[in-house]
Amino acid sequence: MAEKKPRVGLFVTCLVDLFRPTIGFAAVKLIEDAGCTVEVPSQQTCCGQPAYNSGARQHTKDIARLVIALFEGFDYVVAPSGSCGGMIKAHYPELFADEPAWHARAEALAAKTHELVSFLVDVRGMKNVAARYDGVVTYHDSCSGLRELKVHGQPRALLGTVQGLTLKELPNANVCCGFGGTFCIKYPEISTRMVSDKVADIAGTGADTLLAGDLGCLMNMAGRLSREGRKVKARHVAEVLAGMGDRPAIGEPVKKR
Amino acid sequence: MQPTSHAFKQNVHRALGDADLQKSLAFFKAGFAVKRDEAAARLPEFEALRDTGIAIKKHVLAHLDFYLERFATNVEKAGGQVHWCSTPDDGRKAVLEILRTYGATTATKSKSMVAEEMGINEFLEENGIEPVETDLGEYIVQLAHEKPSHILAPAIHKTKDQVADLFLARHKTKRLTEATDMVAEARQFLRPRYLAAGAGITGANFLIAETGSIILVTNEGNAELTQILPKVHIVLATVEKVIPTLDDASTFLRLLARSATGQEFGTYTTLATGPRRAGDPDGPEAFHVILLDNGRTKILNSEFREILRCIKCGACMNACPVYGTVGGHAYGWVYPGPIGAALAPNLIGLEEARHLPNASTFCGRCESVCPMRIPLPKLMRQWREQEHVKKLSASRYRWGLGLWAFAAKRPTLYAMGARAGSRILRCFGASRGRFASLPLAGGWTATRDFPAPEGTTFRTAWARRGRSG
Repeated sequence: MAEKKPRVGLFVTCLVDLFRPTIGFAAVKLIEDAGCTVEVPSQQTCCGQPAYNSGARQHTKDIARLVIALFEGFDYVVAPSGSCGGMIKAHYPELFADEPAWHARAEALAAKTHELVSFLVDVRGMKNVAARYDGVVTYHDSCSGLRELKVHGQPRALLGTVQGLTLKELPNANVCCGFGGTFCIKYPEISTRMVSDKVADIAGTGADTLLAGDLGCLMNMAGRLSREGRKVKARHVAEVLAGMGDRPAIGEPVKKR
Repeated sequence: MQPTSHAFKQNVHRALGDADLQKSLAFFKAGFAVKRDEAAARLPEFEALRDTGIAIKKHVLAHLDFYLERFATNVEKAGGQVHWCSTPDDGRKAVLEILRTYGATTATKSKSMVAEEMGINEFLEENGIEPVETDLGEYIVQLAHEKPSHILAPAIHKTKDQVADLFLARHKTKRLTEATDMVAEARQFLRPRYLAAGAGITGANFLIAETGSIILVTNEGNAELTQILPKVHIVLATVEKVIPTLDDASTFLRLLARSATGQEFGTYTTLATGPRRAGDPDGPEAFHVILLDNGRTKILNSEFREILRCIKCGACMNACPVYGTVGGHAYGWVYPGPIGAALAPNLIGLEEARHLPNASTFCGRCESVCPMRIPLPKLMRQWREQEHVKKLSASRYRWGLGLWAFAAKRPTLYAMGARAGSRILRCFGASRGRFASLPLAGGWTATRDFPAPEGTTFRTAWARRGRSG
């Protein structure tokens, strides 16, 4: 008898839900390819990071309780974002340090929550993808994924199996792009200088496509790339891995059909 | 030092427009942080060393009173004196009294951030005593009438050209172009000052409880001349610098040099224990330790205790992309960068320093390189929580956040908002795929395009496929 497929709850993330459903569909395809069934709880909103990083602890806890209740029944919870994944995995337990019952639930959820690409490689043992992308890409390591969730080799390993794709490493790939959630609104001057430095590094690689695992960082870098008139496309890594690299890139107009 | 942290945004604006500073920072970013990573990678037991160091610090902080008393007893046994000072003012007065006793009119100084915290230079000048900075970076900063912009490399914000101009104005020789020549010239000018100084003032990297010794680490040898040549050696140190034994010091010294500059070991590592003994060929007649609290015992009993593990290596500022963009002066007080952002509100108040813990993307690079694994983003977040509770942030921002949180707790309302938002933005942005300007998002669109949404929310599209969870 075939083993029952694990049930994965997709934590879409508020940015993907609002701005770029393509990433959500790419994530669904990849998780299904990894032998799982995917469900999307319709009552999800956000992981609570905007409140958390603004010091609004009570708001954060209220939102976290909703997420925990909504997702704790799944075998795994997967997010196409190191930032939101890191919030649930690294910060929810700490948030409820003084509430034993919720702390236990947060710990349990944290243990089965994963960033998308690390889930595919580390948990499901995915070795390759059946996708093609003709181009030279460079990859930016978004901070939370890199440092909180140790996402580094996994996307590179899978990108290495995409036909037609050449990966050129980005100098200073581990340096923040200057997005930082509310940071880019509160300190736009610093944020702008940081993303300008990042864009210079990206352009220096000669790549035609920038990939990363977090939409927030991607919107920041894509916005600066297009403002500087640079022809580099920006995409979420999942789009390329799922063979959806033919859709309009982030910030590109939708093609007339 | 009068803090300007409240004017952080103005400081930032100035820093970003300062071409010399930006040139220096570009050089800086490719330096220490890279060397630190290489040095850490070269030492197989580096992570284990960090764990050992942290365990020692945790132990000391749990028994700080015991180790401080032990240190003081052993300093006195070695013939030195300890001055317990609660505030910078107490510290300044104690220093002045010692200098007056010995009739000193000049005092050589080796680099000390505690001295900056105490504002010792201005105080000495007011009292007719000339402080002479002997660390090359501090010397440059003193000539420029500025403050250190980095706890390890005080003049890291200066270009070689700027230093050449400062030296020309002071030394009145010919204008130099090579760094090695500048160093040689500074040495030449400082040498007679060492010999003439009535007192030597140093900081301390570590205080050793078991022997009453202090340890100083430099790359220039200036601290050695400062403490050995004059009649009196005055040590300025805050209470958390104490560690139990010399054995423990070996752990920290290995961590310190690698974390700070990527060196295996500081070029000069000197222990000083009390004044000159009978039969010693050199050394000061008197040895005084100013043991300053300045809020540390309050921090010890707060949710910010982990700050006190800091060994002042500067790795967090070397790694910080915000520090690397704006430099140290923008932070507006003695300690810049992530450790400054966590520490400063404790010492100068949250109202003055509230920008500092906010001006972080929480990229986490500081915590990842901190040899003591101080959870700097967590500590900065704690300050943001206090700011939120005390309603110190802009009311516009708090209202916006409250409104968003209200919706985020109501999934149906939130989904409706997201659907409407994506549709409206799509409607106006579809043709170009992005916005060059957008109401309420001026901070973003002034310098970046804002990508338009694809047009429908993921959840709507998913539901249409009839596969709703």
